[in-house]
Amino acid sequence: MAPKVSIKNFFREQRLFQQRMLVATILIGAAALVLFGRLFLLQVVRYDYYLEQSQGNRARLDPIPASRGLIRDRNGVVMADNQAAYQLELVREQVTDLDGTLKGLASLQLIPEDGLADIKRLVKSRRGFEGVPIRLRLTEEELSRFAVNRHRFPGVDIRTRLTRAYPYGELGVHALGYVAAISEADLPRIDRSAYAGTTLIGKLGVESAREKELHGTNGFREVLVNAQGRSVQKAGAFAPDLRSRAPKAGSDIILSIDLAAQQAAEEGLKGRRGAVVAIDPATGDVLALASHPGFDPSLFGRGLTRAEYHELSSDIDRPLFNRALRGTYPAGSTVKPVISLAGLHYGAVTADEPIYCPGSWMLRGYAKPFREGRGGTHHAIAMEDAIAKSCDVYFYELAHRLEVDHLSEFMAPFGYGKPTGIDIAGELSGILPSKDWKKQRFKRRADQIWFPGETVNMGIGQGYLTVTPMEQASMIATVAARGKRFKPRLVTAMRDPETGVVTKVEPEVLASVPGIPEKDWDRVFAGMVGTIQRGTAAQPAANMAHTAYTVAGKTGTAQVVSIAANEKLDKRLEERQRDHSWFVAFAPVEAPRIALVVLVENGGFGAAAAAPIARRVLDAYLLPKNASTQPPPGASTADKDIDPETAE
Amino acid sequence: MIRQPVESPSARRTITIATRLLLALQLDGPLLVGLGLIACFGLVVLYSASGQDMGKMVRAVLHLCLGTAAMLGLAQVRPQLLRRVAPWLYGFGVFLLVVVFVEGEIGKGAQRWLDLGFIRFQPSEILKIAVPMACAWYLQERPLPPSAKSLGVLAAIILVPSALIIKQPDLGTALLIMAAGTMVIIMAGLPVWIMLAGLLAGSGAAWFAWAHLLHDYQRERVLTFIDPQNDPLGSGYHIIQSQIAIGSGGVFGKGWMNGSQAQLDYLPERHTDFIFAVIGEEFGMLGQMLLVLLYLFVVARALYLTSQMQDTFARLLASSLALTFFVYVFINTGMVSGLLPVVGVPLPLVSYGGTSMVTLLAGFGILMSLYSHRKLVGT
Repeated sequence: MAPKVSIKNFFREQRLFQQRMLVATILIGAAALVLFGRLFLLQVVRYDYYLEQSQGNRARLDPIPASRGLIRDRNGVVMADNQAAYQLELVREQVTDLDGTLKGLASLQLIPEDGLADIKRLVKSRRGFEGVPIRLRLTEEELSRFAVNRHRFPGVDIRTRLTRAYPYGELGVHALGYVAAISEADLPRIDRSAYAGTTLIGKLGVESAREKELHGTNGFREVLVNAQGRSVQKAGAFAPDLRSRAPKAGSDIILSIDLAAQQAAEEGLKGRRGAVVAIDPATGDVLALASHPGFDPSLFGRGLTRAEYHELSSDIDRPLFNRALRGTYPAGSTVKPVISLAGLHYGAVTADEPIYCPGSWMLRGYAKPFREGRGGTHHAIAMEDAIAKSCDVYFYELAHRLEVDHLSEFMAPFGYGKPTGIDIAGELSGILPSKDWKKQRFKRRADQIWFPGETVNMGIGQGYLTVTPMEQASMIATVAARGKRFKPRLVTAMRDPETGVVTKVEPEVLASVPGIPEKDWDRVFAGMVGTIQRGTAAQPAANMAHTAYTVAGKTGTAQVVSIAANEKLDKRLEERQRDHSWFVAFAPVEAPRIALVVLVENGGFGAAAAAPIARRVLDAYLLPKNASTQPPPGASTADKDIDPETAE
Repeated sequence: MIRQPVESPSARRTITIATRLLLALQLDGPLLVGLGLIACFGLVVLYSASGQDMGKMVRAVLHLCLGTAAMLGLAQVRPQLLRRVAPWLYGFGVFLLVVVFVEGEIGKGAQRWLDLGFIRFQPSEILKIAVPMACAWYLQERPLPPSAKSLGVLAAIILVPSALIIKQPDLGTALLIMAAGTMVIIMAGLPVWIMLAGLLAGSGAAWFAWAHLLHDYQRERVLTFIDPQNDPLGSGYHIIQSQIAIGSGGVFGKGWMNGSQAQLDYLPERHTDFIFAVIGEEFGMLGQMLLVLLYLFVVARALYLTSQMQDTFARLLASSLALTFFVYVFINTGMVSGLLPVVGVPLPLVSYGGTSMVTLLAGFGILMSLYSHRKLVGT
């Protein structure tokens, strides 16, 4: 094939070129339009989305914890305070080897060896850049021990934070509660974002019940962070406005507790196991709430080692156990004033009708007699003396006449058998038995039958009838107020620390005990005054004589081990098998300002163990305050921390 | 349109002097102004994007001066000389690529740079101009549209250096060089059916390259482009952060040196390949559009100049240079705004980097020379 001679056709080539130029120009225009469209999409249509993304990028919120509200007694004395303390904080994302770091800290005895798994779990449950407190309240010595080794632990640092301090130590701990590090168990009940920066949370008592008010609102500070997550002051000339919000301190809580009464109660209980609850019958204010033994609440704020916790929780005296709210005991003879009122109410007896007391009481069909508790006979005895001298036979007879369902129906409005509704958590209730109750309580048919003897026992507060000291206090306050009832309360007001505005909590009125004429109250009061003046509490050991005010009271003895009718009382019973000792009282009788209950576990006879404690509390509250309030123990509680060397 | 006479005689004289100077230097005024505006905008942005790094600023100005010098110099070179030099320049460039390739093989590492002791540069940059020059040179005396044989030769001219550059590995530059060469062929009148066939073959080649040639990191880039959220902290990071930067700039931008994405290091390569995102964040859509319009003006002017040229070599080379310049712009802005996958292509005249600046301005120098030395025939 002959080579095809191709000749350049300039005109044609130029036309072709110009066509291509045109197409190219059009394509360029189209490409530019696509690009502009894309920019429009990013910068106009999705502007808000990307703006938010860039905000989230540049700023990190550093929380500023709000200072926790103080807790004061009814006279303004601070019972829970905030105090600067050193703590170890760990920032997970700055730690290269978490296990190694924790082990290293444990080997320096800065954190407990056996708590590593717990700490690790806690650290992992928080966000990576959050500082997680792994050890609270370092002592000076621990502080220096860490400082020397600090280089070994990147991501672990000392932070000064406010922690909780209780100037009076264990005083009122079962009412105040305590604060401790936020644990995994607390996380579901709190808003985690609101608690960022908060280390301590109320665990029990008022600290827990009023957590929301005490906590306040944490503030925050936006911190500029670069792509590496490091906070920077400014980047070049770039220093944008950063938002911040000042924290709002938690409200101060004003308790109904009277420090003097509380101190008197706890000192009275010293060396014993027991509880004291005192209530202002006119408002339901809890003036004292003591359960002994207690514990130092700041132990928990500092961070308890496992050994320390074990020691507390396995103590045979159960210091962590709130006897006042959760201990249930037979009511004993303290029930007699209410039974008397029931007798009058149902007409089962008149106030002046004597019942013969031969020292024991026989029930038909029962082989053994019901014994007079303390032996002896009272001969013919009427209501006032029966209360004053606590005659069991009188009340066997009265209860028998009344029948159990009348009894429980009458007793229920006094608060027996159900929680009082006090404004802190954890309260249990005793049992107010009835025929129905027994049917539901027992599975076996034979057990469901209510026996007449059980009614008789109930007349002196034994048998199925049990109460908590809190219920007893509510009962005696109801009696003192002649049937008017208030829900017991520990918190009377809240005060905004910034504005000083006080928000009062109004007393909550409960349904009154219905239909008891004044004269019935008068007769029963007379019997209870008799208890003090000539009855069971008149003995010198009770220390109820020569009061500057009139007292109405009732002793009680709750059997721990039942004793056969003709068995001789053995005073050398094992200490822990001795009867519990009760004393309920109110004063002044004419216009009661305080009603209280004292329980001494295994205290024996009520008048001897419980009544003297009641006297101290009554004096502390009713007598003019002349330096009767003791100042807080001199040294601050933080300094009394257990030496870490010996703590384990 | 009636032109307003220039009032002051001194002003008139100034204009006259400027015009004369431009003519004497074989330069094109509008093009020069367009390029100058882009470069100035670039310096302003760079000051912010580099984190007020004066060292970088000084070097950027130096790069600009070097580029301007190259442009001025090349504008003086007569097209005939350029044409004669073209094959030699191409051969020299490929030789250097081979040297770099062999050095890389010996040194067992990626090699892009050639170190001559006093200066370090990437030989691939030479090819950015040498390949279209060689193509235009080859087609100069041949009838257009090119014959099949010519196309084969042209393909070889383009693919040999491209393959060497892909091996470096520098996919972005290789793509640009292929684009520059292909532009010449297309402008020479490549039949449309061959373009379509080429597109098909290209897809097949892309598939083949995906399966056998691409490095893992390159493959990842493509995957990430398809779904950046797939790996937000890994390879998707660039695209996500640059889109956040652009999007959060809005219409008016956050203001100069006030872009949080750029200033706080969230934006990677913010003063080089991703500087367009800094513009978007700090100057907003208006700033970006202004810049793109400046680019369009430059391209339009370059195309206009091209349309005035008479001989094949000049037309093909000039159109390729102009179009490739736009391809640069589009690939970079498209990649930064998430339209295209991330390939390492700088934003012309704005991204920090000496070689790219010098090459681009050299290209415009050639273009101006081609225009100012055009034969005034045939119109």
